[in-house]
Amino acid sequence: MFPPALIAEAAVNGLLAGAAYALVALGLTLVYGVLHIVNFAHGALLTCAMFAAWGLHAAFGLDPYLSIPPLALAFFAFGYALQRWVIGPSSHGDDGNTLLVTLGLSIVLENALLALFRSDTRTLGGDAGFDVVEVGPMLLSRPRLIGFGVALLTAALLWALLSATDTGRAIRAVAKEKLGAQLVGIDPRHVYAVTFGLGCACLAVAACLLLPTFYVNPRVGNAFVLVAFTIVVLGGMGSIPGALLGGLFVGLVESLGGLFLGDSLGQLGIFVIFILVLLFRPTGLFGAKA
Amino acid sequence: MKARDILPGLLVLALLALAPLVASNAALNFLLSSLIVALAAQGWNLLGGYAGQLSFGHAAFFGTGAYATAILQLRYGVNAWAGLAIGVALGALVGWMIGFLSFRARLRGSYFALVTLAFAEVLRILANAFDLTGGAAGLLIRMAPGAANLQFPSRATFLWLVLAIVAAVLLLTAWIAGGRMGARLVAVRENEDAARALGVDALRVKLGAIALSGGITAAAGCLYAQNFLYLDANIAYGTWISVEVLIACILGGSGTVLGPVIGALALHGAGEAAKIALNGIAGPVPGIDLMLFGALLILAVAFLPQGVMGGLRRAARGLAR
Repeated sequence: MFPPALIAEAAVNGLLAGAAYALVALGLTLVYGVLHIVNFAHGALLTCAMFAAWGLHAAFGLDPYLSIPPLALAFFAFGYALQRWVIGPSSHGDDGNTLLVTLGLSIVLENALLALFRSDTRTLGGDAGFDVVEVGPMLLSRPRLIGFGVALLTAALLWALLSATDTGRAIRAVAKEKLGAQLVGIDPRHVYAVTFGLGCACLAVAACLLLPTFYVNPRVGNAFVLVAFTIVVLGGMGSIPGALLGGLFVGLVESLGGLFLGDSLGQLGIFVIFILVLLFRPTGLFGAKA
Repeated sequence: MKARDILPGLLVLALLALAPLVASNAALNFLLSSLIVALAAQGWNLLGGYAGQLSFGHAAFFGTGAYATAILQLRYGVNAWAGLAIGVALGALVGWMIGFLSFRARLRGSYFALVTLAFAEVLRILANAFDLTGGAAGLLIRMAPGAANLQFPSRATFLWLVLAIVAAVLLLTAWIAGGRMGARLVAVRENEDAARALGVDALRVKLGAIALSGGITAAAGCLYAQNFLYLDANIAYGTWISVEVLIACILGGSGTVLGPVIGALALHGAGEAAKIALNGIAGPVPGIDLMLFGALLILAVAFLPQGVMGGLRRAARGLAR
């Protein structure tokens, strides 16, 4: 058996990593909750954001934390354009089609990055990844602690935006009753695109938080996409608190699974949870209705 | 089954059978891998095209077929042909089990797509971790050319075998599509509740579709293993095959008899052409063929609702008018 201190440290590190997962899942669950589509390109868009953050650092020496505001804005615009002019029109309003179009999009984005940057793995360099803080008997990574804080802050901001602004009200109106929203003068196509843009902005924030401790290559998003789906399903499709709790839980499972089963089988836990939740509780642990 | 539906398909396959007379070895290899993907796509078509259940995880069946053939030969000395038969049966069984679990839980649409993807990933991780499947190092099938070992010194013979199997599945698909089973599949695709109200046992129909689909795609996996004599988890259970069969069907026309074959050939042809064209200008660009695949998928969904076959049918109707 492992000493309790080691397990505790793995658990805390898992929770910290889970915050980044939660942020990735937040964008996915928002898009699902409003547009009722599964955005398969989410992972590839995350990869794009990570490359953008890496590029800003490599070209201008910009600290990834400082890249958060410009990248979030840029990805909001990118997401808006994608949904408004590519995904929306080409899906003809059919869920299966949306799934296929976003799958196509993810293949295009991933391989465009592969063509541009080749399959090399890149990191920020420097020793930011090894920067640790001593908390009691545990050594915790400083970038991950910052990531944890910023992820919670982003979730709070998103929640405030949805509950207190006119845009948020319009988003919730379209999510609940599309026809009714249309009747009071809301353009659902615009709202859909704004929601998709917000989802992408969440990804940009997540990318900037991940970069100091993670690597970038054209396939890195794949590691996150199924994890994010698991979190979204676990937390209940469309639920923001669900995505947060689900993210922390999955981070915990992955970290402890890796400790007890080894790295290659540790991933298995996530997929098994995913399948079990889909089969036995498809509304998620926190979801209210089917 | 009307002759009009299958004659063009059989004609195309017969023409391809003449390829060894003129084509180089490299061209035959290209044709072989395209046809193996076409066979796997024919399997996807029954479930995704006719029954309307989008699967993102057909690698689960492809890999099961490939590993079954390889492991039975290597570890148990089973004859390759018997390995092929057992691989097909195991593929059907895995299909039935995945179907039983997910259809019983009433997973549809995106949920079904995601759960199939997760099943395929679980199998990939397991195959990568255990000794039986050779772990991360993979499995190497011993080279022993001879018809009894399902290995052929000449590419042409292997091509004819694959063509014969593709033709057989073509006939099977046409027979199913023209019969009661096909009508039930389409009924479930178009409106499951209405189909059930008319007395169609939707669960049984879908289970039949996924088992058959799994068996056919597993056959493609077996042939892949025999063709390349090597596999590892990322080849056999990799997402590449799930994605390629799906795109081939959508592009060619999902829910049509000939769609998957036309789609697979068109897809690989276009990918190869793009690689060659770009090679001349910019040197090798990795991922260019896949980029094209993704773009073709989006374009097909946006502008060709029934793929190339649907487009051809519309064009033919336009000419007849």
